Amino acid sequence: MKQLFSISLFLLLAQTSLAQQPLVFEKFDDFEKAIIKEDDNVYVINFWATWCAPCVKELPYFEKLHQENKNVKVILVSIDSRKDFEKKLLPFIERKKITANVVMLSDIDYNTWLPKIDKDWSGSIPATLIISGKKRSFAEYEFEGIAELNDYVNSFINLNK
Amino acid sequence: MKVLPLFLVLFSTYFVTATLVSNGYQPGDKATDFKLKSVDGKMYSMSDYQKAKGFIVVFTCNTCPFAVKYEDRVNDLAKKYKSKGYVLLAINSNDPEVQPDDTFEKMQAKAKENGFAFPYLVDEGQKIYPQYGATKTPHVFLLDKNLVVKYIGAIDDNADDASAVKEHYLENAIAALESGKDPSPAVTKAIGCSIKAKRKA
Repeated sequence: MKQLFSISLFLLLAQTSLAQQPLVFEKFDDFEKAIIKEDDNVYVINFWATWCAPCVKELPYFEKLHQENKNVKVILVSIDSRKDFEKKLLPFIERKKITANVVMLSDIDYNTWLPKIDKDWSGSIPATLIISGKKRSFAEYEFEGIAELNDYVNSFINLNK
Repeated sequence: MKVLPLFLVLFSTYFVTATLVSNGYQPGDKATDFKLKSVDGKMYSMSDYQKAKGFIVVFTCNTCPFAVKYEDRVNDLAKKYKSKGYVLLAINSNDPEVQPDDTFEKMQAKAKENGFAFPYLVDEGQKIYPQYGATKTPHVFLLDKNLVVKYIGAIDDNADDASAVKEHYLENAIAALESGKDPSPAVTKAIGCSIKAKRKA
């Protein structure tokens, strides 16, 4: 009985930690199929990296958005190097207590996929894409606070009602 | 009454976006010359180089990991193409008040440590990069001898590994100019760090 309990507990914990582990997409096409959806949800997709200071500075606003606004789905897309997944990205997520969905996109053929996110995106990060159905909005700049981010998200939602 | 705040937000969002994204050169535009101070204390302009066949203007900075990954390659390109008549000029447009790693002294230290074989210029007052439409580091503008923009974007297709590069975008663009052709692609995209300036909006 004790063994069964231990095994169950282990499986439960394993499943929990697996659920927290960010998905890694090495190819943009796989990322696009899994993450860029055109349905009724409002997706707020932020592109960032652990080494990008303004990205790190605005992440708490996205985390807050995730916690406070249940009408949007926040996805934080790290473009850190594939090799930095264990040593940099995972510890970063834990240290900053990020609960929003984090994925890693390690496809370095930027010239091919950057225009698929937004044709005008020159490649600077941070950058944020909002998608709902066929409607998109793209911000190639950093947000200075939660108010600015909320305004941006709400304007998009109101415009596209 | 609810409409007014929404309108203001939309209006100001438009302004910020317009300032940051829409301006800047496209291939075919004539680029502005400049007179900027280099780490050696001297002023440099493209008009100083009357015999140049073209200019490789690289917006870069001291610490952005992507700029750092390309440092050696930029240095090699500067040396390789100098003898072919192309002058490479690097410009740091980061405001040291916003990004303390980009002070003049730190630029000098970096140029010395890495043996930069090109002028490493300060975009004093952050006036040049908005005219070019440089949005990140590194961001390259290849100009012909008349300062007409011929190619904009990435140096190559592999920031992480110089030995694994498949497309040498910048070198291909220079080769096109040498053959009297227009580079294709004329614009490429790559990840880089945003240029650090004080927010205007």
